[in-house]
Amino acid sequence: MHETDMTKALILTVKDWWESQPERPQISCIRLTVGEFTCVEPVSLQFAFEVQSRNTFLQGVRLAIDEIPLIAFCDRCQEEYRPEIGLRYACPQCESPMENIRSGRELKIEKIEYAVGV
Amino acid sequence: MHQTFEAGLGINLLHANQAGADHNRAHFDEWGITCLNIMSSPGAGKTVLLEKTIAALNDELKIAVIEGDMTTELDAERLRQYGVPVIAINTGRSCHLDSKMVAGGIHQLEGQYEPKEFDLVLVENVGNLVCPAEFEVGEHFKVALLSVTEGEDKPLKYPIMFQEADCLLITKIDLAPYLDIDIDRIAGNVRQMNPHVAIAPVSAKTGEGLDIWFDWVRQVVNRQQRSLALASVSK
Ligand SMILES: Nc1nc2c(ncn2[C@@H]2O[C@H](COP(=O)(O)OP(=O)(O)OP(=O)(O)O)[C@@H](O)[C@H]2O)c(=O)[nH]1
Ligand SMILES: [Mg+2]
Ligand SMILES: [Zn+2]
Repeated sequence: MHETDMTKALILTVKDWWESQPERPQISCIRLTVGEFTCVEPVSLQFAFEVQSRNTFLQGVRLAIDEIPLIAFCDRCQEEYRPEIGLRYACPQCESPMENIRSGRELKIEKIEYAVGV
Repeated sequence: MHQTFEAGLGINLLHANQAGADHNRAHFDEWGITCLNIMSSPGAGKTVLLEKTIAALNDELKIAVIEGDMTTELDAERLRQYGVPVIAINTGRSCHLDSKMVAGGIHQLEGQYEPKEFDLVLVENVGNLVCPAEFEVGEHFKVALLSVTEGEDKPLKYPIMFQEADCLLITKIDLAPYLDIDIDRIAGNVRQMNPHVAIAPVSAKTGEGLDIWFDWVRQVVNRQQRSLALASVSK
């Protein structure tokens, strides 16, 4: 599954960051945003992360996924609407096709939370 | 005592793949090649379509194929009979091609042929309706196939590939009379999320509609070559 590849990319990116930190901090949480209109299934991503982080510097780290809804903007109605994924994407008021996606395509590592001993 | 901190990253998960795709595209541009990424569910008719396309356009365009077959060389063997270079990429268990795999294919093309001679590279992606859509490989245009046997609702259920396609081929229309299927509905479902897509219903078996597809290919190759020529003049 492609979540495996996405997780690989995730771990590599976080590792780059971690190795750039001289104190190699203890990471507690990685925050992702995942849009609803992507091919990524948060549950599969969680699972892949659990498997791939085992016995690495990320073992036990929490992966927090914020899901972002699909929101489109209809130019004709000058209004936002939420397409019903799987059923219909056109504007519910005027039937104009979905052209302008405002959110829902995100696949982002937002931030890393970590602790440093004092 | 421990103190908690946050580091803002804001990095796209697909960043590395995207950078690789841009790199591949830069190579194609340098060589004057137009690249099409051909995607569909397993068995929708990608390889048969490539066979027909190569047979029809081989005289006017110099074509190479990058073939993403999961485990076998079967599709690649079929296409080699048409006398064009076919670079087979063993994708292993991966459910899609990514830009790194295709970079390997481009490298082979460069090593074994004179890449500047080519006009068109056709990439047959792994048969899968979900994953390939998120992984650009360096294509200029995305082509999605949907066979009439798959049902009208597939674009609604698996929207990303259809939303991003530049061209949609509704395939195997010779079978439509035996099925309870409305081709206009398929087209309408895709247009709901992608109003500007070029749509051609085709049958590789009877040849119906293929001329429209060939014309589309000629047109995008032409357009691409003209815009590259303009870009090099303005440099
Ligand atoms: N009736 C009919 N059958 C077709 C047509 N196009 C393809 N087929 C058949 O559909 C089957 C699959 O075709 P392929 O071209 O191998 O499909 P594919 O998309 O390359 O398949 P994968 O690479 O395995 O994903 C074959 O048995 C083809 O003969 C068509 O236009 N009409
Ligand atoms: Mg095939
Ligand atoms: Zn509207």
